[in-house]
Amino acid sequence: MSKLTLIQAVNQALHHEMEKDANVVLLGEDIGRDGGVFRATDGLVERFGPSRVVDTPLSESAIVGTAIGMAAYGLRPVAEIQFMGFLYGAMEQLISHAARLRTRSRGRYTCPLVIRTPYGGGIHAPELHSESTEAFFIHTPGIKVVAPSTPAEAKGLLLSAIRDPDPVLFLEPSKIYRAIKEEVSEDEILIPLGEARLVAEGEDVTLIAWGAMLHPTLEAAARMLVKGVHADVIDLRTLSPIDSATILRSVEKTGRAVIVHEAARSCGLGAEIAAEICEKALLSLKAPVLRVTGYDTSVPLPKSENDYFPDCDQIVEAIEQVVQF
Amino acid sequence: MPRRILEEFKVEWFQLLDEAGKLDAALLPSPDLISEKTVKAFYESMVLIRAFDEKALNLQRSGRLGTYASIQGQEAIQVACAAALQQSDWLFPSFRESGLSILRGNPMKALYLYWAGDERGNLVPDGVNDFPVAIPVGTHIPHAVGAAWAAQHKKDPIAVLTTFGDGATSKGDFHEGLNFAGVFKLPIVFLCQNNQWAISVPLSRQTASKTLAQKAVAYGFKGIQVDGNDVFGVHVAVKDALDAARRGEGPTFIECLTYRLSDHTTADDASRYRSEEEVALWRKKDPLLRLRTYMEAEWAWSEAQEAALQQAVSERIAASVEDFESTDPIDPLDMFDTLFASLSPDLLAQRAAFEQRLAKRKKP
Repeated sequence: MSKLTLIQAVNQALHHEMEKDANVVLLGEDIGRDGGVFRATDGLVERFGPSRVVDTPLSESAIVGTAIGMAAYGLRPVAEIQFMGFLYGAMEQLISHAARLRTRSRGRYTCPLVIRTPYGGGIHAPELHSESTEAFFIHTPGIKVVAPSTPAEAKGLLLSAIRDPDPVLFLEPSKIYRAIKEEVSEDEILIPLGEARLVAEGEDVTLIAWGAMLHPTLEAAARMLVKGVHADVIDLRTLSPIDSATILRSVEKTGRAVIVHEAARSCGLGAEIAAEICEKALLSLKAPVLRVTGYDTSVPLPKSENDYFPDCDQIVEAIEQVVQF
Repeated sequence: MPRRILEEFKVEWFQLLDEAGKLDAALLPSPDLISEKTVKAFYESMVLIRAFDEKALNLQRSGRLGTYASIQGQEAIQVACAAALQQSDWLFPSFRESGLSILRGNPMKALYLYWAGDERGNLVPDGVNDFPVAIPVGTHIPHAVGAAWAAQHKKDPIAVLTTFGDGATSKGDFHEGLNFAGVFKLPIVFLCQNNQWAISVPLSRQTASKTLAQKAVAYGFKGIQVDGNDVFGVHVAVKDALDAARRGEGPTFIECLTYRLSDHTTADDASRYRSEEEVALWRKKDPLLRLRTYMEAEWAWSEAQEAALQQAVSERIAASVEDFESTDPIDPLDMFDTLFASLSPDLLAQRAAFEQRLAKRKKP
């Protein structure tokens, strides 16, 4: 065990899986000699060589498109897209092909690839470096979407993502790449995809969050605890498919739910979760399901970004609203 | 004959002012292109945009700017383009064209604001036909093609210039844009600032072709490689291409061979992937030094003149930094204000809720 940051845990997971499985190859921009712009792939080209850690020409569409062909042929490609905002150039490959290859070949070809990309704001970066548009991909049948919230979670989920038989978009919260250190086992950790994690338990309200937003949500839960309000805090971990069972079990107990995401409000994952709760647990509800989200605007440049993203105060306010309803 | 050659091509290299600061006057289309007045104006512009850049790096280091993409080493291209463009022409830059933007008439204060992460810096003044900075690589190229197409449609006598780096030539948008421009014979000039590094990826890993210029051949128009550190060469090449575009002769692709003397951005550390020796070699080819050497030989440009110019430029930069730093902080509500021509009731409600939240936070 050693204390690692989230980025170090990602690096360790990649080392682990590349040692174990010679079919795992990495491709992306600046992932070799430079070790990735966030250093997620530091040391990997030195260990595994440039034919398994490939610095590609600059084309997100070709990175994802060739990863599809590699995966179908029998490799386990793990592609890095430098920032989530640059994944848009590969939408056609991802949506029209990666997501459908199994279906449209009647299961003859599969697409076990992983696309890792930093997402979310809070790092004072230029335009399109702070995107949190997971809903585009959650809305696409055939792709799994994962967003870890801590270093150990990142390692366990990434290993499962690489071994998954279908395409996985692995969203790494760049804000907390280095903000948290945690004991991470050097051994294999496998966290199954599709299972949420109950981080705290309480009977008054269910809080649902993922990625970087889990942390202000936990802070809000701690502040409410002082006021005698006890929260179930669910770290969703896998955003597609969502673990409805865990959410519903909790809401049936608490009767109240607040969903927190930094993505824009309209048609964000919060809307889907709220709909699920209303469809399946309506009679348990004691208050409307509330969402604390980013606004329906483009993510602003750094001077205003902290105002855009939900903060602890807003989460506390939403909890108070549902508790006092 | 069952086998025959269908097409052969040649790629031209063009340079007027060599690395030693010597001019090949025989290649000059007109002596007016490099009158003393013009050349001094070129040099002043180069010194100005270098100073802007140095100040930007400096402001970034002290936390007053966010991530910034330096233009150092690429000033000759930007000065040459600005001089060749007419006011009515349109420009579609990427993100390493601060110098060109300034010379097109964008206030330095606005550029500092933009790189400090303030949306207001994105406002291009009326009368300057420039698109804002394009952060995704090469995605602005089709926009430039579309604007050229619209100008052709409206029979406007203008040309469009779009600039991008070597990395962009690997993107589909580059190829798709050039293809459309060739098919429709559009009034556009594609200019690649080939600084030989796309972050850590060298040109040799970006393309297997010998030049970037030759990529134009596949789209049915001319490509030329120019010494990008030679302000005269770039100026002549760009001016010729823009003139040809305005005459309805279709597009040109100009590859300007240069070098990124600084890191990719202030978030990068180029020493991780390229050698000191390589950078030192290119420092000797600095476009400012080359032009200064020429002026010293031609017009006995003196230390005193140089010092006076540096002084004047410092004062201009200092004034724009002061302007930038005395700008009131941006109102966060601004993020709603240019989203649509008018806001929907739901967005108005979100804006109102945001306003309340900000007001509450201001209370002690």
